[in-house]
Formats: sequence, C-alpha cells, structure tokens
Amino acid sequence: MGRDLRSAGTIGAVLGDGPPSGTEKDVMQGILSAAGYVPYRRLDRSAIAETFGSGGGRGTRAVAGYDEDTTTLGVEAARLALRAVPDTPAQVLWFSTVAPAYLDKTNATTIHAALRLDTDVVAADFGGAIRSGVAALGTALHTTTPTLVVTADIRDGLPTSADESAGGDAAAAILVGPDSAGPLIATLVGEGHTTEEFIDRWRVPGERRSKVWEERFGETKYVPLGEQAWNTALKDAELSPDQLDRVIVTGSHGRAVRALIARLGVDKARVVDDLSGSVGFTGAAHPGLLLTTALETAAPGQTIALVSLADGADVLVLRTTDALPGWTSPRTVATQIEAGATLPYGKFLNWRGMVSVEPPRRPEPDRISASVTGRTEHWKYGFVGSKDRASDALHLPPARVSRVGDGVDDMADAPMADVPGTIAAFTIDRIAYSPSPPIVFAIVDFDGGGRLPVELTDVNADELKVGDRVEMTFRRLFAADGVQNYFWKARPIRG
Amino acid sequence: MGSHGIKDQVAIVGMGCTRFGEHWNKGADDLLIESTTDALASAGIAKHDVDAFWLGTAMSGMSGMTLSRPLQLQNKPVTRVENFCATGSEALRNAAYAVASGAYDVAMAVGVEKVKDSGYQGLVGAGKTPTDGTNRTLTAAAMFAMCAPAYGHKYGVSDDQMREVLARISWKNHYNGARNPRAQFRKEVTMDTICGAPLMAGGLRVFDCSGVADGSAAAVLVRAEDAHRYTDRPLYVKALSFVAGNASGNADPDYDYTWFPEIHAAGLDAYAQAGVTDPRGQIAMAEVHDCFTPAELLIYEDLGFVERGTAWKEVLAGTFDLAGDLPVNPDGGLKSFGHPVGASGLRMFFESWLQLRGEAPEDRRITTASRGLGLTHNLGGFPGEMVSFVGIVGNELG
Repeated sequence: MGRDLRSAGTIGAVLGDGPPSGTEKDVMQGILSAAGYVPYRRLDRSAIAETFGSGGGRGTRAVAGYDEDTTTLGVEAARLALRAVPDTPAQVLWFSTVAPAYLDKTNATTIHAALRLDTDVVAADFGGAIRSGVAALGTALHTTTPTLVVTADIRDGLPTSADESAGGDAAAAILVGPDSAGPLIATLVGEGHTTEEFIDRWRVPGERRSKVWEERFGETKYVPLGEQAWNTALKDAELSPDQLDRVIVTGSHGRAVRALIARLGVDKARVVDDLSGSVGFTGAAHPGLLLTTALETAAPGQTIALVSLADGADVLVLRTTDALPGWTSPRTVATQIEAGATLPYGKFLNWRGMVSVEPPRRPEPDRISASVTGRTEHWKYGFVGSKDRASDALHLPPARVSRVGDGVDDMADAPMADVPGTIAAFTIDRIAYSPSPPIVFAIVDFDGGGRLPVELTDVNADELKVGDRVEMTFRRLFAADGVQNYFWKARPIRG
Repeated sequence: MGSHGIKDQVAIVGMGCTRFGEHWNKGADDLLIESTTDALASAGIAKHDVDAFWLGTAMSGMSGMTLSRPLQLQNKPVTRVENFCATGSEALRNAAYAVASGAYDVAMAVGVEKVKDSGYQGLVGAGKTPTDGTNRTLTAAAMFAMCAPAYGHKYGVSDDQMREVLARISWKNHYNGARNPRAQFRKEVTMDTICGAPLMAGGLRVFDCSGVADGSAAAVLVRAEDAHRYTDRPLYVKALSFVAGNASGNADPDYDYTWFPEIHAAGLDAYAQAGVTDPRGQIAMAEVHDCFTPAELLIYEDLGFVERGTAWKEVLAGTFDLAGDLPVNPDGGLKSFGHPVGASGLRMFFESWLQLRGEAPEDRRITTASRGLGLTHNLGGFPGEMVSFVGIVGNELG
C-alpha cells in the first residue's frame, strides 16, 4: 500500500526533504488523527432576507463566538485531534488561515502554547489564501516528522452577500506522519495538482470582504483544472472512479464544484455532504473539516478522494487502514453540528463588526503586558496550575506558596485544560466590560480538586444551573492596541 | 507573639465628615479641607497642633502630598495608606498606633475619595498594574451576588424569602439615611420599589448596591490621658483588628460563599481586644460594610450578632432597625450614605462619634446608646478574597 512519495509530480518532490533523490525507500505516510471544531452558534440564513429583504437562503451557517478567532478555533480542533492519540506527539505544527489574528507575528505559536508543545516543536503559519489549507495538508503528507496541520477560518462578507450566507466558521486539525509515529488510520495512495493564474476571487489585505468576478468565468477555469488533477490522482492511485468509496468535493467556487461533481464519473451517493446546509464553506479549513467527517464515518479499507478547488485544484486520495476502528474522535463533527444553537442576526452582525452597538459604559481594558505574560505563559496559554506535593492542594493560578500547610516551592505542574468541572455558583454581570455583555461568570470546581472563578461562554444564561458540567475552552477575551488577550473560559459540556 | 490591642490607650477627640454625594463642584482637595477643618474645630485645635497625619485614599492621589499640599502642612509627616475599601479605617488604625507608641501626641486620620470624575458609574480606575490579562474582570456586584443563593440554599431560604430579606436590609438603610443630612440618598424607598428595580448582577438590583459618592471624613487622636484637654466626651479606642485574606476562597472548593472568614477572624480578634463576650448584648450600635445587601446579611453572622443561619429571620423581625435590639448602620450605611472608598471607614466611626456622645439627630437616635460601645466593620475586596477591619470604640474607660 505504500508508495514512494518523492516521485516527480508531488508536492514532496518540491520540498526536497527526506532521503536524497534516487533512493528507492518507501515511506509509509498518512493520517494519525483528525478532528474538526465547529463553533456553537448558528445563523439561520432565512434571518438575512427577513432583515434586508434579500440575501440568505436555506439552512444555517456556523458562527464563531465573539470571543473566538481563527487561532482559538484552531486550538480547539487541535486539542481534539491530539486527545484522540495521547501517545503521539506532534513535532511540527502548521497553521493555515485566510483570517489571521496577527500578521508579522506567527499565530501558530499561540496554538503551540495552548497545546503545551515542547519548545523544540516548530510552529509556523501557512497563511493568506484559501488554498494554503489544503496545500499545508498535502505538503505535510510528504514530511517524515509527525506534523499537526491546523486549519481555521472565519468567513466574512457584507450583509446579504453570498459569502455572508454561504460562508462558515470552523477549524480542522489533521495529525499526519510516518507509521513509525503511531498507527496510521489512513494512508495517502495518490494525488494530483494543477495551478493556473486567473482572477476569480480576491481580497485586499485588511479588508473584511472578498470580491468575485462573474462566476461563469471561474467555472470555465476550474472545471478543466479539477478534471486534470482528478485524472492524475486516480492514475497515481491506480484506481478508477467506481473504486472510490467516498468523494469529497469542495472549493471556493460553489458553481464550479457542482459542475465538477457531475463530470467525475462518481455515483452521487458516494459524494460526501459538504456541510453547506449546516456549517457553510469554511475556507482554508474546509478540506480538512470534510476529510475529518469522512474519516469519522468510514470503515477500514475504504478509499476517500478529497478534491479542493482554489486557484487550481488539489486532489488527495487516501485509503483507511485496519487501525481506523481503534481511533475514536473525542467529539465528532456531526456531534458538534447537532449541538449548535441559533444566534440572532443582529448579534451576528454585531459580532462581525458589521453593526456597532452601544458599548457597556465601562472603561475598555488595557493592553496586556508582554513581560508579565512571558512569565505566566504556562498558566495563560496552557492552563497549567500547581499542586502542592505535601497537601495535594491545587492552586489556580499556580502559586509558589501553598494555601494549605507551609510548603514553599514544593509544587508540581497541574495541567487543567482537559479536566472537566462543575458549577458551584454563578452570576450574571450586567455592568462589567465585555465585548458582548452580559458576562456570565461561574465558580468552577474541577474534578479531582481545584477551583477557579471563570467566565462562561457558549452559554444561554437562563438555562444554567448550579451543578452543570463544564469544560475549558481557549478564547480571546479582548484585544487592546492590537494585542490579543487569550485565556481560557468554561463552557457547558455538550456531546 | 499575640494580638494585644491598645484598649483605652488612645482617644478620638475630634471628628469631621463632609456630606457624601456627587460633588461635581468639589475636588479631593476641597473635600479634604472641609473634613479636616471640621475635625480640627471639633477638637479645638489648629493644623499646626497635629504632629502626624495618616491619609487614606484608594484612587484619588498618591503619597502624603495629596494631603500636605492642599492643607499647606509645614514639615509634617503624612503617610498615605490604601487597603481597598477598608482604606479609611486603616488610616485610623495606623494613626492610633502611632499615638499609642508615644511617637506623637496628636495624630490625624483622614480619608477621602473623589470617584465622580471618571465619567463612569460605579468604581473604576483603581489598580492599573500591568497584567497578563488572565485576571478576573467581574464587578464586585456580581461577586457578592453569588452569596445570596448560596446562603439561601444552605439555610433553606427560598428565592422569594431571600428577595424580601435583602430588600428589608436596603429598606432599613434608606430609612436611616433619610434622617441623615450628610447622606447621599436621603429618601425612604418602598419594598416594592426595591424589589422592582433594574437587575445589576445576578439577583442583585439597583437598591441592593451601595451608593458611589465623593466625600471625606477625619478624626483627631490623642493619648487617652490627654483626651479631656480637648473634649468632655471623648471616644476611647477599645479594639482595632485587621485581616488581609489569602484569597483562598476562590481557590478552595470547600468555601461555600455563605460567610466571610476574614470578617469572622477580625471580629474574634476585636472582641478579644475589647473584652466583648456578648456582642449582641454589649454593643450599642454597629456600622458594617453593606456594599451589597447580601454582605450585610452575612456580616451579622460573621460578627456573632446572631447564630449562623438565623440572620435572615432577625432581619425580618427588625432586630437591626434603628429602634431594634442592635441597630446596624443607623447612619444609612454605604447603601444610602454613599461610599467614597477612602473615607467610608472614618465615616463609620463618625456615627459612633455622634451616637455615643448624644449628638445624633433625634429622629435617628438609637435607644441602646447606654451600652456605650460602637462597632465599625469595614471590608475591601470580594467574597473569597477580602481584607477586613473591625474596630470598637466606647464612651467610657474600662
């Protein structure tokens, strides 16, 4: 089943990594784990036309919380992907998005910190274009080090635009690597890629919206490019269309995607739901998200083709392995889609910065201190407390002096990000500053010890009660002077 | 080692207190000049007769020059102190110790806060220490709001009953404040109005929250044996206790938000210093830190006025009313007197100054003054992490 991934015509050939060219060594490469993250809120598309008289459509789209950005979405997907394979450490982290929280500064380092990866793990961004997501995945499949490919996007458009309603917010994290790193749940068996320069969709840096050319023009470009890559990939995999069990077709040009599907020679029943009716098209994250859904529902020994149209075409053909049943997603994409809750359109427009509402009459928070943050990185980003070795007393945030007994500097790290908790008390603060008031705050008692008063998110305050179970989630509390203030909040456990 | 207190070593011989409120036309300097001038006049002395000053302000100025400049003090020591909302009582505590030590003959404790220049309602602007952004941003109202359901759950008080209990505390403090010419809010408020006011945080409504005011208060302190050189009716310091909590309540799952350990500990220490064994029977009146109505409810129990779990019934029975068995906040409390952070602790002593010396206006005079002891309780911070002061003064030695 293995193949020489360094043969000409693959992305790996361009990288030039691994053994010198000319060796015949087969490297078994594939997917070690995968997860998607779909934020809690949904916009019912019918609300758009109800408000503006035009736009919208059927179904829903996923909406990132006001306290989420592409980095936090990526963290949540990555946590799920790594939780499924706790013994397989990532040695490289790549992050891809069209909507980065920072330019100049790497965003993957924030994810690196939240995942508490070792200092010698490389973290880098693959940013800018929609295609960078699938390109990062395809490239990682040619490296010999376990690489976590995190893709996330928040898709914006002006009110009533097609991008507003057809877009969605989500993240996907795919851990790829050699079989020496752990059981591969799927291996790469073929691929094809095409590239062409043409103007179909573009966005000036700093703009919140993209612009598009008349879509019939793009269709004439994308369909042949897709067919060419498809044929190359099937030939590479030595498969015919009818041998494919699942086919994923996605892309930045919806009309071209639909036209291409009709030309692939694949039974429509085998085409994977592109989640356009529930989540929407999630840009750089979408190929990874759909691949995850396919893996979560696949059987061993099935072939999955992933076709992505963005400034060319990328086709990856994978085959699931006998290790697939031994891999279980901690929370499937389907579960997360099911758990979503509707967000009023007005809130959506406010959260996206399309409509400003009267802010709370409190001072805005100050910029956080880089040096203080530098000292507390493990707490702030990794949610690591400390546990007094003598008394077992847990300290959140970590402390040097124990609150029980007389211990000083006798603490062990207490990583708490994956420890669930229970609400001991809660309150709704209608006067404190928040980008989306009111703040819902709870005293959370963690399983096995430890307490923290912490903000809740993804919560409907009127449904909350003492004793509810919560989990920690990585969020952006606010930004000041362009500095993103990331920390953890608690949210109800759903699914 | 031991907390011995300075019972009967120091006396308050003069006090001054401004009206508390929205002083749009007065700055901190004006308020300081007003309170200190009144305090000096009350003691019959001039500013040059004071040997040392302690200034309490949380957010209206830095350093002792916040006082020495507007008062034009010549070559005098001024210590600026800050201890959250217990700043005012902390100024008095330190001034009292300075006199007791023999270092100075006459000391003045002054508290001031100018909070209405921020452009925002409530208290903002304190503490601009650079942070990592992980600190809690909740308001005090939200934190104290958690105490009410916790108390109700523990002692079987229904939400409706609790609403009535909290409203009754607010009603009482407004009743008292309506009879206080210095109070920020001088209006009685009906139970219906209190229960129907807009929600602020949790179950707390507008009338569960103290007023935010500008103001200043001051006291002149001398050695007890010198007191009668200044006044025929001095107040003697019986106890000064202070506890700075270790903030463990918000880290310890065993803490249940139905009591304040820091207040309980400060109360025990103060009673030991003063020789008080039966607070409810011995204390004539108490000024307690009713920043939010649930705080006052829990304080009754933490200070041992009543058994745990019974304060809510005593509230409804009128125990703490002006004419009750143990009047609490006869001046209207933070609720209606207002809360200029640095001044509030001294304002609380000012009520003992008036009541125990028979100077309180007749329509809010307590009937228990013959017991002779006035308690001041002043806290700063939040449930689970607070500082607490308890002081006791009396109108007789011994």
